[in-house]
Amino acid sequence: MIPAAFDYTRVGSVDEAVQALGQHGEDAKVLAGGHSLIPLLRLRLAFPSVLVDVGRVDEMRGVRDDGDHLVIGAATTHDEVMHDDLVRQHCPVISDVVSQVGDPQVRHRGTFGGGIAHGDPAGDLPALALALDATFVIAGSGGRRDVAASDFFVDYLQTVLGAEDVLVEIKVPKLGSDWGHNYQKFNRVAQAWAIVGSLALVRRSDGSIDEARIGLTHMGSVPLRASATEQALAGASTDVIADACDQAAEGTSPPEDLNARADYRQHLARVLTRRAVEHALGG
Amino acid sequence: MTDTATPATGGIGDAPVRKEDAKLVTGQTTWTDNIAFPGMTYMAVLRSPMAHAKINSVDVSAALEQPGVLAAFSGADLADEWAGPLPCAWPVTPDMVHPDHWPIAKDEARYVGDAVAVVVARDRFAAADALEHIAVDYEPLDAVVDMEAAIADGAALVHGDHGTNTTYTWPFSNGDVDEAFNGAHKVVTRRFINQRLIPNAIEPRAVVVAPIAAANEFTMYTATQVPHILRLMLALTTGVPESKLRVIAPDVGGGFGSKLNVYAEELMALVLAKRLGRPIKWTETRSEGYQTTIHGRDQIQDVEAAFDEDGRLRGLRVKLLADMGAYLQLVTPGIPILGALMYPAIYKMDAYDFSCTGVFTNKTPTDAYRGAGRPEATYAIERTMDEAAVELGMDPMDLRRRNWITHEEFPFTTIAGMTYDSGNYEAATDKAMELFDYDGMRAEQQRRREAGDRYQLGIGISTYTEACGIAPSRVLGSLDYGAGGWEHATVRMLPSGKVEVVTGLSPHGQGHETTFSQIVADTLGVPFEDVEILHGDTKVAPQGLDTYGSRSLAVGGIAIYKATQRMLDKLKTAAAHMLEASPDDLEFSGGQFSVQGSPDTAMALGNVVLGVFAAHDLPDGYEPTLSAEFTFDPENFSFPHGTHLCAVEVDTETGMPQITKYVAVDDVGNVINPQIVDGQVHGGLAQGIAQALYEEAVYDDAGNLTTGSIVDYYVPGAPDLPEYTTDRTVTPATSNPLGVKGVGEAGTIASTPAVVNAVLDAVRHLGVTDLDMPCSPERVWRALQEGSASRDQVAAQAQGGQHA
Ligand SMILES: Cc1cc2nc3c(=O)[nH]c(=O)nc-3n(C[C@H](O)[C@H](O)[C@H](O)COP(=O)(O)OP(=O)(O)OC[C@H]3O[C@@H](n4cnc5c(N)ncnc54)[C@H](O)[C@@H]3O)c2cc1C
Repeated sequence: MIPAAFDYTRVGSVDEAVQALGQHGEDAKVLAGGHSLIPLLRLRLAFPSVLVDVGRVDEMRGVRDDGDHLVIGAATTHDEVMHDDLVRQHCPVISDVVSQVGDPQVRHRGTFGGGIAHGDPAGDLPALALALDATFVIAGSGGRRDVAASDFFVDYLQTVLGAEDVLVEIKVPKLGSDWGHNYQKFNRVAQAWAIVGSLALVRRSDGSIDEARIGLTHMGSVPLRASATEQALAGASTDVIADACDQAAEGTSPPEDLNARADYRQHLARVLTRRAVEHALGG
Repeated sequence: MTDTATPATGGIGDAPVRKEDAKLVTGQTTWTDNIAFPGMTYMAVLRSPMAHAKINSVDVSAALEQPGVLAAFSGADLADEWAGPLPCAWPVTPDMVHPDHWPIAKDEARYVGDAVAVVVARDRFAAADALEHIAVDYEPLDAVVDMEAAIADGAALVHGDHGTNTTYTWPFSNGDVDEAFNGAHKVVTRRFINQRLIPNAIEPRAVVVAPIAAANEFTMYTATQVPHILRLMLALTTGVPESKLRVIAPDVGGGFGSKLNVYAEELMALVLAKRLGRPIKWTETRSEGYQTTIHGRDQIQDVEAAFDEDGRLRGLRVKLLADMGAYLQLVTPGIPILGALMYPAIYKMDAYDFSCTGVFTNKTPTDAYRGAGRPEATYAIERTMDEAAVELGMDPMDLRRRNWITHEEFPFTTIAGMTYDSGNYEAATDKAMELFDYDGMRAEQQRRREAGDRYQLGIGISTYTEACGIAPSRVLGSLDYGAGGWEHATVRMLPSGKVEVVTGLSPHGQGHETTFSQIVADTLGVPFEDVEILHGDTKVAPQGLDTYGSRSLAVGGIAIYKATQRMLDKLKTAAAHMLEASPDDLEFSGGQFSVQGSPDTAMALGNVVLGVFAAHDLPDGYEPTLSAEFTFDPENFSFPHGTHLCAVEVDTETGMPQITKYVAVDDVGNVINPQIVDGQVHGGLAQGIAQALYEEAVYDDAGNLTTGSIVDYYVPGAPDLPEYTTDRTVTPATSNPLGVKGVGEAGTIASTPAVVNAVLDAVRHLGVTDLDMPCSPERVWRALQEGSASRDQVAAQAQGGQHA
């Protein structure tokens, strides 16, 4: 539980970060809150020789209003995001999900961008970003580019971020008051990761469902959308919820561990999705 | 106790702020890892990644080349350093198989985590890095992980040269068991798996050894519960004379039995400090501790109980398999034996038959974990009573009442030969049922069953007792334990009137300084703040047998009480002389000696103390030192008991169980400090509930610990645990003058079966007949799936019958 030796550098801007990463290539790693990276180092599962600390890069911190969107700096801590007034007003689902990440200590160190860049399908933020159709702003040696959440997650702990890329900020749409949301995080002890999570964002009008977006946590090697359920719910009456949610696990091949074998995870996905949709509709 | 002298806060029965708290909450504690010496060096241990392997060679030469590395040794390199192997002090049978257990494996590694080599470096980082440069040539051997596989014919052997994986078989029998079973109306047969647990003291193990090389003297600071036992064992295993060893347990952050041991790293640190002549430190990491600090439980329990038609318990048969792990640690083989005599619990019966087989496997050794043998026994008997109630069609509480020892029957000698001095199961149960609203909860349960509610309600009972206050040296001797169980105390009056108390106990979170100060303050009529409790250092407290087995108050606390009485007698003799009265005419109250009948002729305790210190005018032959000692060895254990009631709601869709109500009414005899007693009960409940719902050390078939870190091993925290309703009945123990019983383990012992009984009670009507611990949501869900499948089958058969 003692990491191998490494160098540490703290950068003051995104450009400096990109430069430092360019200099060290594969040997370098971005360090944000360190709440996923440091455990990997301590278990000697990762051996970067340089850590580039982006924790004090001002332009990567805080939340700003950008018309139809909110822009969340990648290095904003979970706790700051959770209590941010803009987030609470325009996208309260984020506050709600982030409040279920780990415990207060974790939320004071860990960052919103780190939780996404780490690409852990058991994390709560990847499914959130996916369901929100968020856009990630990535800075690299070739400049900045936007990547849609649906294109970002490649495989277990793997994203499109290259060795020289920095996730700068995350753009999320403002959601009107016709959107309801609910996140069902299923775990055995309060501070643990989700065994399965289901996030429902539902827009309703006149007793029927206009649109539903459902993000699934820990149901595969990447975060997933429950597309079949979303389609079955779109434009449908609330009577179909149970049937629609029975399709929530379609196309998933969830991992197996001591807490859950695959069939149990799929069962949970169905039950939790139904509960999330019902709660999102105010049920 | 004394009357007007009792300080407003700080006497017996009060709950003053704990003396320990200020330094704990402000971080001004001395944990072993905080201790610094100039020139400190750091030890790191290379551990076997294989559960069973022959060690063909160990090459440390590259490690020695690493920056900052001072020394590196294999097991073979250090083979001549040991005067003896690691100790096991409890040979439970004369023919017990007891393989040598060396601090560093010499030719074979027998579990993942077994030490293979050791490095000393200038800092802990260099030491950790150097481990990667040690080359070990392992030749994999077959590992045996499962107990039943280990005792099957042809099993791979953990210790090949001993020819068996069976460590011992320990039998006990009383009464005509065949008669009890042959004539029975119903025999209830069950198998319970008491899963392996990992104790999680909040402070990891750590050790510092400071040598005075020229004098061949050594001071060891170590996170231990047992500095006295350790000092003796260090002498026996390293050859350093006991008189040259000082062992200090500084502030120790919890133990739960895991620090009641003599560990390889303690021996290595001593031997290496001796060899290098430099202070040395080792602190385990949490995941290292998961592999190398002892584990608890791990028994397979086959139970048969025979009943008459009216629910009378006729007899009990218990057959255990107990997993020792790869080696015998300090009291490994004795743990199931501590439970052996408690399976009959609070119940009367005609016959009892018990046997336990200890089994070696290629896993981390097991040993004492909070309750040590008694939680296992209590789990088996209290689960059996609920199962029997189902089979007999009786209410589970009525079945218990039918069979328990009534309060008029004490003292009562059980079928296992234990003499329970006192108890009142009726009173505790009545109180618990009222606090729980038992009838109301049963009605609610019925309502939910009828409504087919998604959240089904279950009610679990545990009417436990246990035997603790580990002492009676004679009894321990009769069980072949290698030592006694007495405890020693010295009470000293300082000239200024302050009191110093030396105890051979070694607290590690229990609040002994507070509790014992209350006893002394109450007895001498001095302020609570004026009493200082000294402990945990073999130089300060040379005699003692340390802290474990809920013994501290019921054994060590009584030694303190008796030594304080002696001090009072000694002061009385001097006071009588000073007041020119006969000692028989003196009264002591309010911190004053006075002459009966003439209250104006009086002298405050402090003045008597000063007079003795000055020694100007003392009775002839009176020794002018105010020091009194007492060594207490009770004649019996203490037997706390109580009734715990638990309500669990099961989400039948997901299988998630949740405790919604928990009532614990405990009878721990007289209470010195109610807040500390409540704290012990709360913590105990948490650990018992943890076994029922959360914790399990899981190994894969190759012997790797799958739950290898605290992320994978689910220790519940405050948000996961229910609000507890705790209350007490008071039936004083008759085996000690304060009428106290142990409380440290009671909550853990009682709670596990109450919770599991409740989970099963919630889903039994849905076809679930059995659940292994921990009752994880997935396990409950699968049991519900199987339950409904078997119900469908029954229904289909019934339908088929109609058609035929
Ligand atoms: C006890 C505990 C419990 C937890 N429980 C939960 C939980 O319930 N739910 C949950 O979702 N998470 C949980 N977490 C994880 C937590 O949310 C982490 O904070 C988060 O996963 C990673 O964020 P970080 O800022 O700590 O990133 P770091 O650990 O610093 O980095 C993680 C990875 O992302 C990369 N990275 C970070 N920031 C950037 C960036 N801006 N650009 C490019 N790459 C970047 C790093 O190089 C590294 O590979 C838990 C963590 C702990 C320790």
